[in-house]
Amino acid sequence: MVSAVAEIRASSKTLLAPGTPRKPANTGQVIRWLILFTGGVLMVMPIAYMISTSLKWPHEIYNLALVPNEPHLENYTYVLEDGRFYGWFVNSLVIATITTISNILFDSLVGYTLCKFRFPGRYIVFIAILSTLMIPTEMLVIPWYLMSQAFGWLDSYWGIMFPGLMTAFGTFLMKQFFETVPDDFIEAARIDGLNELAIWWTVAMPLVRPALAALAIFVFLGNWTAFIWPLIVTNSVDMYTLPVGLSSFGDEADVQWELIMTGAAISTIPTLVVFLVFQRFIIRGVVMAGLKG
Amino acid sequence: MYHRLSIRQKQIVWAWAFLAVPIVFYVVIRFYPTANAMVISFQNWNLLGDRTWAGWANYAKLWNDPVFWKVFRNTFVYLLIGTPVSLVISFVIAYHLDRLRFMHGFLRMLYFLPFMTTAVAMAWVWRWFYQPVPIGLFNNVLATAGIPQVEFLRSTTLALPAILAPAVWAGLGFQIIIFMAGLRAIPRSYYEAARIDGVSTWTILWEITLPLLKPTIVFIVVFSSIGFLRIFDHVFNMTTNDPGGPLNSTKPLVLMIYQSAFTDFNMGYAAAQTVVLFLILLIVSLVQLRILRDN
Repeated sequence: MVSAVAEIRASSKTLLAPGTPRKPANTGQVIRWLILFTGGVLMVMPIAYMISTSLKWPHEIYNLALVPNEPHLENYTYVLEDGRFYGWFVNSLVIATITTISNILFDSLVGYTLCKFRFPGRYIVFIAILSTLMIPTEMLVIPWYLMSQAFGWLDSYWGIMFPGLMTAFGTFLMKQFFETVPDDFIEAARIDGLNELAIWWTVAMPLVRPALAALAIFVFLGNWTAFIWPLIVTNSVDMYTLPVGLSSFGDEADVQWELIMTGAAISTIPTLVVFLVFQRFIIRGVVMAGLKG
Repeated sequence: MYHRLSIRQKQIVWAWAFLAVPIVFYVVIRFYPTANAMVISFQNWNLLGDRTWAGWANYAKLWNDPVFWKVFRNTFVYLLIGTPVSLVISFVIAYHLDRLRFMHGFLRMLYFLPFMTTAVAMAWVWRWFYQPVPIGLFNNVLATAGIPQVEFLRSTTLALPAILAPAVWAGLGFQIIIFMAGLRAIPRSYYEAARIDGVSTWTILWEITLPLLKPTIVFIVVFSSIGFLRIFDHVFNMTTNDPGGPLNSTKPLVLMIYQSAFTDFNMGYAAAQTVVLFLILLIVSLVQLRILRDN
């Protein structure tokens, strides 16, 4: 699928090459552009209003104007001074980072093994892992909670993280991509006397970097925004992740919408900034993960 | 010992060594809990007392619970509105965006940006939009235009679509990107041949584009259906004062599971609901794959 996409991209480029006469922009195209532009602006309006309101004074939130009359950062100072958001931010960052690293390592190791090794039981292991894709997380939260309670994992980083340390989706995605690594490369490394762990890490892994990046984006975003499990497993305010913290803060702030919007902005802006910086890269990763996974 | 093994045998040893930790993980964190959820669904347990066997009592209770049927209906309303609406909107946008070159990347960025947001944060933003005057954005706009107020989140009929809107909105970017990739994968020569034959744009869309996009459509339908059937973050955060309200009119199955398990501590009853959710997801996915693949 992906290679087909690449092929078509190339051909669409040749279509626009200087040799072929370019059609001048006609009215139809202009109207199409204007409609799509309006739609796109509407799409980002909720984000724009969130940021705009987080910069307004309380008396101004009734004002529909997108640009605040007297923009200020008092709301941010107020929300961050409290200290809780800072802690939730750190919690979310640590949890999403560790989970991402774990998925990168284990999903690719399992995907690689299932793709490149021939051993009895290979098919059964593959099917067993794949079958877990059909089980919704919601079915597992009650047993996970009981398990966490029994082992004292409630209200800890480990408790929040353990269900997501490996995913069948990531394993399947990586297996698909290791198919593109030629067996000759691995064979050659074996003849050079590298052990299997070194072959995986130094020969195969560098060849699937784009897939690793796609996996990292999905896992990080998924854990950064995860809500139901962190909500269940955490009790103390200190252990909340950003979404759980924001949810409780929203209730507490009641009608102080400028403060709620500030909290929402604090949890949303980091991923938006990362997206704006790595835009092309992330969109390619999403397409790759979407079509192969 | 290891050195005496043949290359093939060495590979078997390495393979199982690599798989050892992951196999333990999948057994303990995925398979055992799945079985455990099914066992608990046949028990009575409030976390403190003893577990006692309940037979099919939890399922019978579910069958006779009017709230469950309300929730069941809501869950399918989320699915039956959310999936087609987001499918049509994202296809129309992708189809036209694919034909534009001028500032293509910028427009694509605008449409994709909501996908990178946190559902909880955006649920609160939309909740603010829906507030009555003078606070809420939508009602302020209506007031300015001289149109009567709408009680979005307080209405038993409008609250569900009002909660569904941000869920659809946040998912559009992903679907548009996937549709555009699907559109690019259709060989240009098909279109050129059709154009030479003088076929109308409309016929090209129905006879060439849509049939060839089938794998993409199947993927998006199944993927987004699973998402809408499991809706939780938006509902919970937009109705925190009365989760799933007003009068359970917005409560989806996952929220009922959460409340049964972690508000009422009725673990057996909640587990029975998770088994029902599992069956719903399984059946809906299989039916969709069957219908969309054959056809």
